[in-house]
Amino acid sequence: MAVPVDRRYTAEHEWVRLDGDTATVGITEYAAEKLGDVVFVDLPQAGSEAAEGSVVGEIESTKSVGELFAPVTGEVVEANDAVASSPELVNSDPYGEGWLIRVRVAEPARLEELLDATAYAALIGDGE
Amino acid sequence: MVPSAPLDASPAPKGSARLSPLNDAHIAAGASFTDFAGWQMPVRYSSDLAEHRAVRTAAGLFDLSHMGEIVVLGPQAAEALDHALAGRLSALELGQAKYSLLLNDAGGILDDLVVYRTGADRYLVVANAANRQTVADALTQRAASFEADVYDESDDIALIAIQGPRALEILQNVPELGIEAGADVPEDFEEKDIEQALAELKYYRSLSGTYLDHPVLIARTGYTGEDGFELYVSPDDAPALWSALLETGAGAGLIPAGLASRDTLRLEAGMPLYGHELTTSTLPSQAGLGRVVALSKPGDFVGRSAIERGAPEDARVLVGLAGSGKRAARAGYAVHARAADGGSDAGASDAGSPGAGGPEAGSPGAGASDGSNTPVGEITSGALSPTLGHPIALAYVDPALAAVGTALDVEVRGTRIPFTVVALPFYSRKKN
Repeated sequence: MAVPVDRRYTAEHEWVRLDGDTATVGITEYAAEKLGDVVFVDLPQAGSEAAEGSVVGEIESTKSVGELFAPVTGEVVEANDAVASSPELVNSDPYGEGWLIRVRVAEPARLEELLDATAYAALIGDGE
Repeated sequence: MVPSAPLDASPAPKGSARLSPLNDAHIAAGASFTDFAGWQMPVRYSSDLAEHRAVRTAAGLFDLSHMGEIVVLGPQAAEALDHALAGRLSALELGQAKYSLLLNDAGGILDDLVVYRTGADRYLVVANAANRQTVADALTQRAASFEADVYDESDDIALIAIQGPRALEILQNVPELGIEAGADVPEDFEEKDIEQALAELKYYRSLSGTYLDHPVLIARTGYTGEDGFELYVSPDDAPALWSALLETGAGAGLIPAGLASRDTLRLEAGMPLYGHELTTSTLPSQAGLGRVVALSKPGDFVGRSAIERGAPEDARVLVGLAGSGKRAARAGYAVHARAADGGSDAGASDAGSPGAGGPEAGSPGAGASDGSNTPVGEITSGALSPTLGHPIALAYVDPALAAVGTALDVEVRGTRIPFTVVALPFYSRKKN
């Protein structure tokens, strides 16, 4: 399972890609596969504040419910409407069209503390 | 992202789990696996929604080799089962099957079963994987005073189910599938070819077939709410039969289907799952299975006196619940009464209530300040129905709130979501 190198990861199987001071957040392919078909996504409103580690949303599959944690602190500037209406995007393109929220990050340097692709690949058992 | 329910799929085989004879085929097909009653079984191959839809619209192929198969054999096999189980199994004709229950002395359910009469003196009892030993032990003990012996043949029998509207035509075209010419075959099948025999096989009937000249029991049974067949075959022949079915059915849309889709399919069909709707502390009447208990049969059977005493008047009963929106009520969630003056009957949801009770949908959380915090029930199974598009659930609720049309709230992770009691099943196929 390929892990893109252009972003950072959390142990909660989320990815973060920084562009300027805006971080795009989604769940990894590994997480999407574990969940099974995603059928409902509950995302925070634009304008809301997200504190690192807090629960800001939910991802439901037919079999289970996952919580979306804010991987960074900042203001939610956008939630992915396409995913709200087509939750299957999380499965079909978790690193692309299936992104979940964009956050204006208070301290972009904090992202350096997250896992890089190599560390995340090791976490999920590398290539399984 | 951390699922609050345990991650249920693991990509790699577990060392200690029991393996189906079809395990290699599942790995080759890219299945994700789950541990189910100590077995490593496919939870999905690629998409559980696609597998669910395939069964509703074409056909799906399930590996159920983890299920328990227990044979009761002897001149008093029928009497032994009449004593051991809730139903009147002596009334089964050769080739007939019946859904039944194994009860304890208190009338609680130890397992739900399908029982096939496969010979004048022979029955096949199919048990849930988790209850295989319980069922084998109970039948052995309860048959002890009868001229009947009990054999746990689970390790020698694989089970493949083909389910869906195109299951028949696919099975009819599987090469090397035939009818056994033997004493235990019902007479009217002997002279017919397999295609006709399969077409004429009635629901909950079985016939003795052959695959590669070895015996296979072909039953028109299932757990999906669709037409379909279950094939009891030797573990040695199972991989070839599995491949032959997939090859034959590919053009008709047959795909392998995992346990995740099996669960949503049975839920839509309103069928109980042991460990969820049925437990040792559930009486059959609470689960809507009073009809399965043959109180009119002569002689004693285990659980009879408790069943005759009946459940307490306030014992919770199983109901179907339907909601609007997309949020599923899941096993373990609390069910609450809707306060009469709670003001939550102002429809504010994006979809009308699918239930019979009229517009019950409030905005999420509208009921949160209502009424008492004492739950009136609990969800035992629930999902967003892939076929219907709205949430469905099975729940045990106080009998006063069990009538179809009753408005209830389910506490979904801190938010009360409106649901309505609806008649079961949620989904039933169109029959021609």
